[in-house]
Order: sequence, then structure tokens, then C-alpha cells
Amino acid sequence: MKFKLKKSYMEDLKLFEYKSDMVGYGVLLVFLFIFPSWAGNYWTYNLTLAGIYCIAALGLNILTGYTGMISLGHAAFFAIGAYTVGYMTTILGHSFWIALPLAGFAAAFVGLSLVLPALRLSGIYLAIVTMGFGFIIDQVILEWPEVTGGANGLLINRPTLGPLSLNSDASYYYVVLVMVILFVLLTKNIVRTSMGRAFVAVRDSEVAAQSMGIPLAKVKTQAFTISGFYAGIAGGLFAPLINFIGPDNFTIIESINLIVMIIVGGLASIHGSIFGAIFITLLSEFIRVGKDALPAFLSQQVGFQGAVYGLIIMLFILFEPMGIYGRYLKIKYLFQVFPLYRKDTFRRERKFQKAQRTR
Amino acid sequence: MPLLEVTELSKKFGGVHALTMVNLQVEKGEVHALIGPNGAGKTTLFNCISGFYRPERGSAVFKGRDITRTAPHKIPRLGIARTFQNLELFRNATVLDNIMLGRYMHKRASFFSEALFLSKAKNQEVEARRRVEEVIDFLDLQPYRDRVIAQLPFGTQKCVELARALALDPELILLDEPAAGLNSEETRDLCFWIEDIKEDLEITVLLVEHNMRVVNEVADRVTALDFGAVIAHGTPEEVQQHPDVIQAYLGEDDGAAASA
Ligand SMILES: Nc1ncnc2c1ncn2[C@@H]1O[C@H](COP(=O)(O)OP(=O)(O)O)[C@@H](O)[C@H]1O
Ligand SMILES: [Mg+2]
Repeated sequence: MKFKLKKSYMEDLKLFEYKSDMVGYGVLLVFLFIFPSWAGNYWTYNLTLAGIYCIAALGLNILTGYTGMISLGHAAFFAIGAYTVGYMTTILGHSFWIALPLAGFAAAFVGLSLVLPALRLSGIYLAIVTMGFGFIIDQVILEWPEVTGGANGLLINRPTLGPLSLNSDASYYYVVLVMVILFVLLTKNIVRTSMGRAFVAVRDSEVAAQSMGIPLAKVKTQAFTISGFYAGIAGGLFAPLINFIGPDNFTIIESINLIVMIIVGGLASIHGSIFGAIFITLLSEFIRVGKDALPAFLSQQVGFQGAVYGLIIMLFILFEPMGIYGRYLKIKYLFQVFPLYRKDTFRRERKFQKAQRTR
Repeated sequence: MPLLEVTELSKKFGGVHALTMVNLQVEKGEVHALIGPNGAGKTTLFNCISGFYRPERGSAVFKGRDITRTAPHKIPRLGIARTFQNLELFRNATVLDNIMLGRYMHKRASFFSEALFLSKAKNQEVEARRRVEEVIDFLDLQPYRDRVIAQLPFGTQKCVELARALALDPELILLDEPAAGLNSEETRDLCFWIEDIKEDLEITVLLVEHNMRVVNEVADRVTALDFGAVIAHGTPEEVQQHPDVIQAYLGEDDGAAASA
């Protein structure tokens, strides 16, 4: 067991609680840094894609996991980011480095349009409205070819950095790696300060949140714009990675993809967003590759991927509601207390039923 | 001038007159108890004062300022904190985070300062934590700091809710049935805390309470409500001996039997 005597309140606010954590993350960073040199282009490309989804998943987790508002239209924000970069670089010829932040801001700004329904609706109703929002953006992409290339899509080149070309998969990997690290730190700051606590407060009890002086409208607006910003940046990084974007890249399936990432990874958790993004990205790659090995009546089935996702979500909700991150914590704990771990260490304590409360 | 003055407050729900022409004065520094049978309108009165309900007529004036139509999230900023009859906690957050949320309205750091964790945000966190630890010490919540609310026993949850309200640093605190569901030991602690809240923290208390022993022990003055109207007010002894109060508590039939 690790135990730490804390001597100042700052120690609870540190990025790394234990020295060993710092060592662990250091090793991880070194691993990620040398990854392209031995893993080859195929895996580097896939990890870059996973990194981009990490950013989007972090943003969606702020909205859904922390603030409790479901968005089934997040691919739309992603699309706005991607097309902003596409339009600014390919059509207008500006630099990627100007286009990227604008991609974030454009998505955040459009996110404001969802605030109004979000203030009035919750749960499944909000999910439906955001889904509708996704369909609207899909249509806009098709019907606005001057900006989006319409059904023909847009070609987007990898950026350059001064004299440096970032054309290779490895060099673009580093761009995304840096962005992922920045967004993880940003998210960490959001959740460890009063802003993040206010999100959780709004999620758990709007009544109590108000009685703490938290303005619901402001906090929900913040959550939507921040989340939109993340998805916009992710989309902006996505476009040059795959070089070509069309309406097919941003369908409802993509939105569901993102939701699956945070549910499977772990809601309201930074680790969870990352685990989920990597897991689902690699999984869809495996499905794509592994499909051929399956009998035709299965692999040719429409919605095969969706069915696999559905199955995975069901299994997670049944057996590990806290997602991969929850499992990770348990395994970590097992090693820390070995050999004292018992089978029911994590059996959930009996919850206080609402009906038992005295009136 | 009273700290809180409620004048001719009326609130209807459809055909139900939850409050009719209620007058109530809470003086600075006192513990004021609101009693009355179930459905008398006590919680409704709290909800009107804290901005959750809009009364049809009448006013609530706090420190000379009309707060009748103030939004609920602005009420704590004026200096009024409250707890809820049915516990409104952030159930999936830790005790520490719950109480830290009591410091939300005192925050000064901007969005960017927090997003970048600049020294202003850092200091604000440490400052909030210092205040929260004082409250934790006051209510003996040390063992539960990192526990998630949903796992705690009911009595401790109620205590956390009180702690969270105190962390707001209010001038007036509204406690809706703070002793309901507590065992006798917890109830005794609560009585001491209410004394301390009044004497040491100098916070005025308005509480709804059914337990007459608690009322006798902590309250300076009592107001009794029945069917949405004030039927008596005065010291605990006066109110308890008031015939209307006895009538209200014993019910029509028993009252008739008693007088017969
Ligand atoms: N939101 C509401 N909608 C409809 N009726 C309500 C509402 N809140 C309270 N009431 C009614 O107002 C009356 C007073 O309720 P309440 O203030 O909760 O009583 P108390 O707290 O004194 O037990 C009750 O008849 C109750 O049914
Ligand atoms: Mg009540």
C-alpha cells in the first residue's frame, strides 16, 4: 500500500500524487516519443488517429461525463473543425496554424446554438436535439459546395512548420502528440478547479447547484462551448491526417463512435477518455481488417460495426460500468495490496434508496 | 429592522393554498424555528425565500432588500444558505468536492486563470480548501473527506449538506428538518452545532423542525404554521401552549375529544 503524509493543500492539487506516478508518465512519454521510429507507418497513423479521438473524447466527456448532457451530434463539431481547416487552407490558402485555432473557435461558436435547447431539455430529449443538429450540419456540408466541396469533398495537405514539412506520418504524429498532451493538461486544470466542480454539481443536482450560487445557464454554456472547441480542434487535426474529407466522414455513426469511447473508457474521467479513444480506434481497425476472416453472411451484413459496438457497450454497462478506467484502477489496486486483495473488495456498498428517505 | 422579513406572502399550487398571508420576522443572531404539521407549507416558505418558487403576492426582504423575485442562484450571494428536506447532494462526488462547491461563489479567478492553472487559480484553490477544512473540523467530517456521498450513511450525508451550506459563509442559514432521520446521538450533536453556529459563527438560523425537544433546546423563537397560515408565534413555551397549536398537532378529532 502506498500512503502519503500530506503536509499542504497544494499536494492534493498536484498533477502527480506520487513520485512513482511521475516516473510512470515519464516512461509513457518516452515510449510515445520513440514510437514512430520502431512501429512503422501503419501503427503510427492509427495511433495518430487515436490521439485525435482522444481530444474529441476528452471534450465530449466534459459535456457528457462531467456535466451530464448527452450529445449525439458531436461529429458535427468535429466536421466544423475539419471543414474550417479544409476551407482555410485548401480554398483560401492560409496557414494551417491559423486555421487550427479557428477550427476550435468556429465549433465552439456553433456549439452556442445548442445551449438554448440544452437549458430546457435533458437526457434523451437533449440527445434527440443534438442528433438533429448533427443531421443539419450533414445537410449543410452537402448543400454548401463553395466552402465544403459538397459531395466531392475537399483535399487537404499536411501542414508545414516553417521550413519543416510535416508530410510524413511520423512528423504529423508528433504534432498530434503535442496537442493531446496540451489538451490533457487543459482538461486536468478544468476538472481540478472550481469550473470542473461546477460541471459535476450541475450534473448531480441542478437544485443544489443553484443553491451554491452556480448559474446553470452559464455553466451549461461553458460546457457546450468547451466541448465544441475540443471537437473542433480534433476535427481540424483530422482533416490533414486523412488528406481528404467528405460528408461520409461525419455521420451519426461518428457521433456514436465518440459516445462509445467515453462510455467504454470511463465517464467523467480523463484516463477513461484516452483509454476509450485508443480502444475504439484500434477496435474499428481490427473490425475492418478482421471482417474478411469472418463468413460472408456476417461480414457483409449492413451495420456489422454498429452491432459490435452495441454488444461492447452492453457488456461494459453490465460488467464494468466504470469502463476500462474502472478496471484499470482495480488491477492497479490489486497489485498494490497483493496478497490482501479479496474477491469482494469492490462489491458495491448498499445505496441509500430514495424511497427510504424521510419526507 | 429584522434580518429577514416576510410580509403577507401567498403561494398557491392549483387549488391548494400552500401559503396564505404569511408574516415572519427573523431577527439577526437568533435561532428561529418553524413548526407545523406535514403539508403546512414550511418547505414552500423556504422555497419562496430561496428563490425556487415565485409567490403570487407578498414579499421577502433580506437586509432591507427585496429578494422575492431573485433567481435561486443569486440568493446565496446575498448571504442566505439552505439545506433541503430530501437531501440535495452531489451524490457522485466526494465529501470534499461537495463542500468545496460551497466556495464556488467566492471564486475570483477567471476562466483562463483556471484553465492554465495560473497562480491566481492555485491560490484560490488553496484558500477555498483552507476554509473547507475549517468547516470539516467544525462538523467532525475528517474521516469522510475522500468518500463518495452515495456510500455514506444518511446521518453523515445530512451533516455534509450542513457543512456545504456553512462553507458558503452565509449570514442566514435555512435548515429544512435537519434532525429528520437522525438517531438520538446525531440529534444531540446537531443541537450543539446549531448552538455553535449561532454563538461562534454568528450565523442566524431559521429551521423547520418536528422534534419538539430539539426546538425547545435550540430555538429562541418559534412560528407555527398550519394549512399555510401562521397560527402562533413567540417563545417555544408560549407557542406550545397555544390552543391552536395543540389543536393543529392533535388533529380535529383528538382535539374535540380532549375538550370534551
Ligand atoms: N411543487 C408543488 N406542486 C404542487 N403542490 C405543492 C408543491 N410543493 C408543495 N405543494 C403543496 O403545498 C402544501 C405544502 O407543502 P410543504 O411546503 O411541502 O409542506 P411542509 O414542508 O410543511 O410539510 C402541500 O399541500 C403540498 O402538497
Ligand atoms: Mg417540508
